Amino acid sequence: MSKIEVCGLNVYYEKGTVHALKEVNIEIESNKITALIGPSGCGKTTFLRALNRMNEVNDVMTKGKVIIDGKDIYNGGVDVIQLRKKVGMVFQQPNPFPMSIYDNVAYGPRIHGMRNKKLDMIVEESLKKAALWDEVHDRLEKNALKFSGGQQQRLCIARALAVNPEIILFDEPCSALDPISTSKVEDLLRALKKDYTIVIVTHNMQQAARVSDFTAFFLLGELIECGKTTQIFEKPKDKRTEDYVTGRFG
Amino acid sequence: MLLGDSAKMPLRKEYTANLEKLKVDVQKMGELAKDSARNAITALVQRDSVLASRIIKENVTIDDLEFDIENRCMKLIALQQPMAVDLRTIGTCMKIITDFDRISDLAGDIAEIVLQIADEPHVKPLIDIPRMSEISQGMLSDCLEAFSTGEIKMLENFSDRDDEIDALFDQIRRELITITIEKPRFIESASHLNFVALHLERIGDHACNIASRIIYMVTGKRRKLE
Repeated sequence: MSKIEVCGLNVYYEKGTVHALKEVNIEIESNKITALIGPSGCGKTTFLRALNRMNEVNDVMTKGKVIIDGKDIYNGGVDVIQLRKKVGMVFQQPNPFPMSIYDNVAYGPRIHGMRNKKLDMIVEESLKKAALWDEVHDRLEKNALKFSGGQQQRLCIARALAVNPEIILFDEPCSALDPISTSKVEDLLRALKKDYTIVIVTHNMQQAARVSDFTAFFLLGELIECGKTTQIFEKPKDKRTEDYVTGRFG
Repeated sequence: MLLGDSAKMPLRKEYTANLEKLKVDVQKMGELAKDSARNAITALVQRDSVLASRIIKENVTIDDLEFDIENRCMKLIALQQPMAVDLRTIGTCMKIITDFDRISDLAGDIAEIVLQIADEPHVKPLIDIPRMSEISQGMLSDCLEAFSTGEIKMLENFSDRDDEIDALFDQIRRELITITIEKPRFIESASHLNFVALHLERIGDHACNIASRIIYMVTGKRRKLE
């Protein structure tokens, strides 16, 4: 069943002069991991950010529909704060707040009015889901910036989970991590898809092949091909996809 | 860097060259295995012990080639993370070299039989055995051509051609049983010929395996030919 349905999505930067996404149509399945791949500048991050209206932070123009659970998120009446609560995001560089582990995870729920014991429960549950609890449960008051890059990234994932999202967007979550931390985050992604729909942008094709169920290939702002990951990496239909995944352009 | 820019620049040159060299060597191994199988039947028909001995010796070269190709396939997988058609090509190479190796082993087994019966007249005129050989040689030639060109149309009728080989094998077996019933002193010679026919039947099966792998390499679709 598709969680997100994107219809005729176009995104323009710089007062409409740069056409970053061109007529993208795609369905993203519920409780699956969908990887977005493509060369730099192909529009995959723009696409990811269109899924929770993060592009609006910059000067962009968006046309088309992004339907999540049957509702177009670009409709006038949509509460963007609630949308970003439902569609969480984890970025390339781990970006914990300069505060304790506990406060980092509790930050979102507090904003949404959560207090006291329930908050403790949410922090513990989120850290457990992010496979970080065992490493930090006795140091919750320590400053998050003192932890390793891999731990910080999992903390950011825990922070995203704490507001109970349904979809999590990952923008190259492992590009700043060492192989061991990468492997931990990848294991985590696989575990999380049971409860969440995951969309991940990655430059690492082996990572896309390892973790995702579906892969979408973008090129020059167009969605060239989307299919099951095994199909994309074993028998892509489009010559351009084949050239890209085999490492040969043109 | 956008795809448009990089299109002008050839990428992964060394990897591409290694992959090409791999295909050339698999082709070479296939030619050697095919020649061994053809020569084994020539040696049988002509009762040529010298040719038979040469086939047995050449088996070592084919074994070495298989080992070397397998090694290089493993290295390419481990170090280059091949994808799509490259992955299918390397997977196909790894599979079909086993078939080529088995074909050359079977040719060697036929050559061993030739050495044992070279001094004796054949128990029957050899008509169907060379016919089996001819069909299997045609199949192997088509496999090698398809492997090198990617043109797979000639592999489509492999099941029929294999059926033809199987039918000839059944015919030979029945004939040899009749001979041994009528002339029990020919049991040993007939048994040798029966083995030769069985080996040729197996070579036909290996050709089918190779063909289905090449179809997969080219199309990405797995199809069993038997």
